[in-house]
Amino acid sequence: MSSMKEEDREKIAFTVNGVSYELEVGNQPYQIAPSHTLAHTLRETLGLTGTKVGCDQGACGSCTVLMDGDPVLSCMTLTVECHGRSIITIEGLQDRQTGKLNPLQQAFIDNTAFQCGFCTPGMIMAAKSLLEKNPTPNKQDVKEALAGHYCRCISHYHVVEAVLEAAKKGR
Amino acid sequence: MSKEYRFIGKRTPRKDALEIVTGKATYIGDIKKPELLYGKILRSPYPHAEITRIKTDKSEALHGVAAVLTYKNVPDWRTGIPRHVPVLDRKVRFVGDAVAIVAAETAEIASEALDLIEVEYEQLPPVYDVEEAIEPDAPQLHADFPRNLMPLDIPTFGPKTLSEVVMGDVEKGFDEADVIAEGTYGYENIANPLPIEPPGVIARWEDENRLTVWSGTQCASWHRFIMQSKMGFPDIRAIDTQCGGSFGSKNYAPLPLFYAAALAKVTGRPVKVCFTKEEHFGAFVLRLGSRFRGKIGIKKDGTVTAVSGVWFVDTGAFSDMAQAQVAVGCGEAQLMLRCPNWDLRTRLVCTNRSASGVVRGFGGQELESALSPILTMAMEKASLDPVEFFKKNYVKPGEGYFWREGNYWVSRGRDYSEAIDSGARAFGWNEKWKGWLKPTAVNGAKRTGVGVGIHGNADVGEDESEAYVRLNPDATATIYVNISESGMGQRSSLCKMAAEVLQLPLARIHITPADTMVNPFEFGLVGSRGTYAVGSAVIEAAEDARQKLLELAAPKLEAAPEDLETRDGSIYRKERPEAGISWSGAMGIMRTCMGFGRFEPDYSVPNFLIQFVEVEVDTETGRVDLRQVLSATDVGQIIDPLSLEGQLHGALGSAGIDTALFEESILDRTTGHMLNINMIDYKWRTFLELPRFENVILETPLPTHRFKAIGVGEIATSPGPGAVLMAVSNALGVKVSEYPLTPDKILRALGKTGRGKTV
Repeated sequence: MSSMKEEDREKIAFTVNGVSYELEVGNQPYQIAPSHTLAHTLRETLGLTGTKVGCDQGACGSCTVLMDGDPVLSCMTLTVECHGRSIITIEGLQDRQTGKLNPLQQAFIDNTAFQCGFCTPGMIMAAKSLLEKNPTPNKQDVKEALAGHYCRCISHYHVVEAVLEAAKKGR
Repeated sequence: MSKEYRFIGKRTPRKDALEIVTGKATYIGDIKKPELLYGKILRSPYPHAEITRIKTDKSEALHGVAAVLTYKNVPDWRTGIPRHVPVLDRKVRFVGDAVAIVAAETAEIASEALDLIEVEYEQLPPVYDVEEAIEPDAPQLHADFPRNLMPLDIPTFGPKTLSEVVMGDVEKGFDEADVIAEGTYGYENIANPLPIEPPGVIARWEDENRLTVWSGTQCASWHRFIMQSKMGFPDIRAIDTQCGGSFGSKNYAPLPLFYAAALAKVTGRPVKVCFTKEEHFGAFVLRLGSRFRGKIGIKKDGTVTAVSGVWFVDTGAFSDMAQAQVAVGCGEAQLMLRCPNWDLRTRLVCTNRSASGVVRGFGGQELESALSPILTMAMEKASLDPVEFFKKNYVKPGEGYFWREGNYWVSRGRDYSEAIDSGARAFGWNEKWKGWLKPTAVNGAKRTGVGVGIHGNADVGEDESEAYVRLNPDATATIYVNISESGMGQRSSLCKMAAEVLQLPLARIHITPADTMVNPFEFGLVGSRGTYAVGSAVIEAAEDARQKLLELAAPKLEAAPEDLETRDGSIYRKERPEAGISWSGAMGIMRTCMGFGRFEPDYSVPNFLIQFVEVEVDTETGRVDLRQVLSATDVGQIIDPLSLEGQLHGALGSAGIDTALFEESILDRTTGHMLNINMIDYKWRTFLELPRFENVILETPLPTHRFKAIGVGEIATSPGPGAVLMAVSNALGVKVSEYPLTPDKILRALGKTGRGKTV
């Protein structure tokens, strides 16, 4: 592998929160192994630990990020499949220049729409995708968009309020 | 009530809200340390076996492996009560029991190394049933505990620790009863509290005797003051990260800590052990199994005359908190049932499945959920309205009970009758309750029914708390208290209490990270003790610091300290608020004012929750739909409305109400394997199945707390399971008593399936 020429090495290029990354595929600790999930790459390789892994089995929704605008389970997505994609994670929602929060983030704060907070980044990402596609959701729309998200503390009721409030303020 | 307060009772953002919504909140999985190694565990495929041969050389030879440990070379540390569970043993006692542990440069290498360990087992017969396990010829799990009976005469809470409820004369009590109900019922789902985040620990030895432990746990001090005694008393510094949910289960994490610390010891490097979800399901902690074989006598007016029977408590392979749960369960049963004659004995039994640990409800939920079918049978026989029965029998001020440490306490709390009545009115109980085994409504194949349950706990004032509050010259205050944030919002609520004492904006109140090196002793956030126990220590510390500040200011303002007031960082004579001096003016810039507060245990103030539920049962499919939950309580004074509401919503999570409907760990008794240890097959309630949920929260001031408050969060899960059995029975017109009420059980109860029937 190390004798391979630079240009022969397989590379995966994608953007995360607007920042371009080009990562080598390989089995060294600094490389992307073919078995690495996007969740693993985001957290362990890029240090973006805001994306949480609750089950690593594609069942709890906590690792949800946006890929080209759609919510995906980053624990069920292989990084080698992400070439050319645009990824948005929870770290990408706050305006870096102004520090202004996304309306969803503000609404989650205002409604204390979390308890332990571990499921929150995934829920916010799924809700963001919902509001982009449907800026005027009703309660049922919100529940359906978040149906795959597990929260054991039961923040659900406050989350629904927060998403509806964010939608209302965003109009 | 909260009108008189500036912060208490007001909706304020959680102090950690910004971190949580931006992904900056740091959990144990997010942390790395220089030179970090990753630990993995090889687990047993058999429920009961001796390891006859174990070879690790191939595993050790794998590039990137730093250490492989087996029972032969691990440190001699032990957990369990009494301390008998080693880090690794020659014997395995459940499918998933640890066989060997590996530390490697990456988690992947560690996993690969596990596959290279060669193990030969001699299988032993397993036992899974709590009553079979205590037969003389049953397979024995632990050599020291014949018939698999774990000792109950352990001084968990001192020499008189409660392990049974025996008082009065039960024979006389049953003679006086108008009706007697008896039977054997179980609450043996061994459901998983299943916080979203699996447990994790990082351990690093600073020198031979000094260990630093980072973890995402609920009680930051336990990894020091409890684990020290299990590990030969090293000097442990325990640091907590944000905790991704616990519900008691991650109060602490003795085995993950053992593994990380053992691997760290032999490698001389920090080691991180984070359980996978499968391990979290199959090798961490479950609810206790609970079975009650006994009888209850009551009079037609609802007076309970006698309770007798045996409470079988199944710990699984071991437990390091079960005796404490038995003690609290015995106490809570007395709060629920005023009765002069008791003969409630207990058997604490181990069986060949993964361990039980602490779960919200802490013994009481387990005992009461098993008692509930017998209690409802008695109420039904006596034609009593359960709401009236509970109101009559829940402990009242002036009445007493033996609590966990064996002392008799007289309640100086409140009479919750008003909360019960308010809840019943809001739910429409009188309109919906049609009598025993009578549906509220029938709509074709769908039948609606209602049920009710209660729970109370006198642990709101349990154990010790200490806090410092430091006032800084820049008019900020720092609270030193060793609590972590696992979801209850208590770190913020404590800031609100201090802000109220100091009349300082919330943004000017800071709270130290949970770190035993920084903070004084704090037992932790368990048993709804955050408000009364921890809160009182923080309040006392804030008052003490404030007093010292006013004493410094007094000569400068030419007044006595008691004539002074402080608000928003200004100190002034009460009659002249406009002529104030700043905190730095009073104390100078090279000084701080430190106050100290300490809380001593007080078991005289029980909390309480009543829960009403409405279900709709589809008699064709057997599906039960939980349509409405209404909880009612009196908390004296709300500290933080949204946090409290969230804690009460928690009834639907953490192996609570849904243990009556679909939550269970399914143990295959032919192989010992759990069949549903993943988040697809272990059922959980989604957003689409949320019932209508209301909380009726009264605020009748309680004199025991400066802000007249009492905590209630822990018990939200406990009244529900029994209430759901009652509601489904009423909907069907047939008594159902087997948790969880999955469709097969409903159809069987309706005679639609079972012997000789097909669906």
